[in-house]
Amino acid sequence: MKHLRNATALAVIACAGTAQAQTELSLWYHGAGSANAEEALVNQVVDEFNASQSDWTVVLETFPQLAYNDAVGAAALAGELPDILDVDGPVMPNWAWAEYMQPLGIDEAKLDGFLPGAIGRWNGEVYSVGLWDAAVAMMARKSVLEENGIRIPTLEEPWTREEFDGALQTLKDTGNFEYPLDLGMAWTGEWYPYAFSPFLQSFGGDIVDRDGYQTAEGALNGDAAIEFGEWWQGLFENDMAPGTSQDAADRETGFVEGKYALSWNGNWAALPVVEKFGDDALFLPAPDFGNGPVIGGASWQFGVSATSEHPDGARQFIEFAIQPKYLSAFSDGTGLIPSTADAATDTKNYNEGGALEVFYELSENQAKLRPVTPGYIVQAKVFEKALADIANGADVVDTLDAAVDEINEDIENNQGYGHN
Amino acid sequence: MASKLTRANRTGWLMAFPGVALMTLFIIVPFFLAFAFSLTNQRLASPNAAEYVGFENYSDLLGVAVFTLEPERDDSGAVVRDGDGEIEYPRLRNFTRNNPDYPNLAGKREWFSWQSGENRVVVLASDVVFMKALVNTFTFVLFVAPIQAGLALCLALLINQKLYGINIFRTIYFMPVVVSIVVVSLLWRFIYSPGDGLLNNVLGWLTFGAFEGIDWLGRTDTALPSIMAMSIWQGVGFQMVIWLAGLQNISPTLYEAGEIEGASKWQTFRYITWPGLRNTAVLILIVITMQAFALFAQIDVMTQGGPLDSTQVLVFQAVERGYGKQDISGGSTISVILFVIVLSISLVQRYLTREK
Repeated sequence: MKHLRNATALAVIACAGTAQAQTELSLWYHGAGSANAEEALVNQVVDEFNASQSDWTVVLETFPQLAYNDAVGAAALAGELPDILDVDGPVMPNWAWAEYMQPLGIDEAKLDGFLPGAIGRWNGEVYSVGLWDAAVAMMARKSVLEENGIRIPTLEEPWTREEFDGALQTLKDTGNFEYPLDLGMAWTGEWYPYAFSPFLQSFGGDIVDRDGYQTAEGALNGDAAIEFGEWWQGLFENDMAPGTSQDAADRETGFVEGKYALSWNGNWAALPVVEKFGDDALFLPAPDFGNGPVIGGASWQFGVSATSEHPDGARQFIEFAIQPKYLSAFSDGTGLIPSTADAATDTKNYNEGGALEVFYELSENQAKLRPVTPGYIVQAKVFEKALADIANGADVVDTLDAAVDEINEDIENNQGYGHN
Repeated sequence: MASKLTRANRTGWLMAFPGVALMTLFIIVPFFLAFAFSLTNQRLASPNAAEYVGFENYSDLLGVAVFTLEPERDDSGAVVRDGDGEIEYPRLRNFTRNNPDYPNLAGKREWFSWQSGENRVVVLASDVVFMKALVNTFTFVLFVAPIQAGLALCLALLINQKLYGINIFRTIYFMPVVVSIVVVSLLWRFIYSPGDGLLNNVLGWLTFGAFEGIDWLGRTDTALPSIMAMSIWQGVGFQMVIWLAGLQNISPTLYEAGEIEGASKWQTFRYITWPGLRNTAVLILIVITMQAFALFAQIDVMTQGGPLDSTQVLVFQAVERGYGKQDISGGSTISVILFVIVLSISLVQRYLTREK
């Protein structure tokens, strides 16, 4: 607060000199050309912020998502980072460690009631905060499950591994589906660690040992991980799910068209399912493979760049943006989960009885952050390759060992990634 | 000499300046940077300063070891066999992981192996993915260079005729070259799509449904050949135009003379066309080889190196490591190795095709 007051005082002095001495703050955003209302909403927040006070003018620049991280990396090397950045949750520790970002310095009381996945912390400090989170669920149809005598799982009592494997076999035996389960193998990239590492965690393993984040030995190649790997390979060996060469179009529409009985997919894909199946649509929690049901947490968030000369202005903008009305507006516009329960009650889909209400509960109860370490961006790629290779029939133990070696070597090459 | 070279050619140097400057900035300087980076542990983004590590990056990529696995034996010394009668061996990880007795195997992985009596001889590599990329890249070049050059020559001969509307054919053959390789790769992903992809449908229709759909890009034995076929189709038009330029340089009087002497079509090709294309052939061979070594976009769009590394190639690995995994030194090392390979092959080609 003290900083803020000083800055305001400075700004007032500056204003006294000229008639319009608003300081420009640059803001970079990843959603250029997004299909939904995202871009328009960001513009709206910026316009309303600029109109609400006279110290700062935020200037927005949007990038296509695929080019965004590269643009930030290049800007950092050239020393031309904007004041305010948006950053994908699991990437944030890397940017903080690489000195692209500085701690947000926000009053943490303002983040009360936020979903854990919407707050980005690194080395004990908050660096970023998100207006929304995303959640993954097992999409299913009530009629199909009831027809085949499969119990409908609940948040309190999710499917066990035996139940889940049994359900897949039952659905496969009906012969009504090309595959009983659609995992989304066509979505390469971040989808693999985001959607599948929670299975590994539920088995009792992890991508990296979270105690200090200095090794993957034992976490990614221990008994639990090997058991997970064998289960994973079995899904493809036994034709339970389409493999890495799944057609991308089938991923988008296969479940709605009835090619698959179950689909492991995110809340952003939920509305077409509701439109098609209405009350028959079910969004089920992740199965419990022994260590509790888990889904991935964290989506895109806002933070302040390390080189910003006006972190107080940047912080003021972020505090402005996380008002409940914007959380609700983004949720309505994009279908994503609002970061607080208060905001959820004002949305179309996440209010009580809303079509996607269940996703808020999933996010609140099951979400686990991906490993909070600067090495995550490398570990995610190694994990993705290991899972693709195992799905394609590679030896489970050798593949996981190789992944562990690569992750450990990377941690070593980066002198432990600065954990303290 | 030097002063005369600069003074007498001042205009020449001036005209060359933009090109030379750009090449220096974007090709020569980055090359020396890559060589320098390959001797350090430079990262793309890191608060840690880069350190000089000598040739460690090279040994991490190129390290190879041979190891003989002896079969498991029971207490009486007899070889243990599993249910199918196959000899059982101890797992390699017992030797390669945390085993101080075998320091030369630490961190290495099985690349390939063969049977030798009761024993199994295993070749291990420090970086199996790199080794596979190396082999795949060479395989790609060995198939693509001759087939693409030959096909391009056939097409050039076909369209080097004075027929009505021949330009339409020239345009059609050249079209794939003009379209962005990324777009072509995306389209071919649909063509190769498993299940109801275009290729599977056509083959099914031609065989009256007897053909069973193949997952072209999803099988280790068809993925690389599929990419080869698509690459040949995409690039053949460019080579065709170079051949065509060569063909049209051959004096028509030679053909007339041949006709008067009663040469057959084959004799005309063998003794007039082919010798006349000599320089063109050298150019095409070198250009195709260099292009084939630079294979990247198709892999990036279509397979990402999978399934099971069957389509890993050097440039894709260099980019994947340098940018994807932020390991600039590793990516640079691969680039330097690739440079040395391409340079040596080009020199050998120059030597073999020299004027005698």
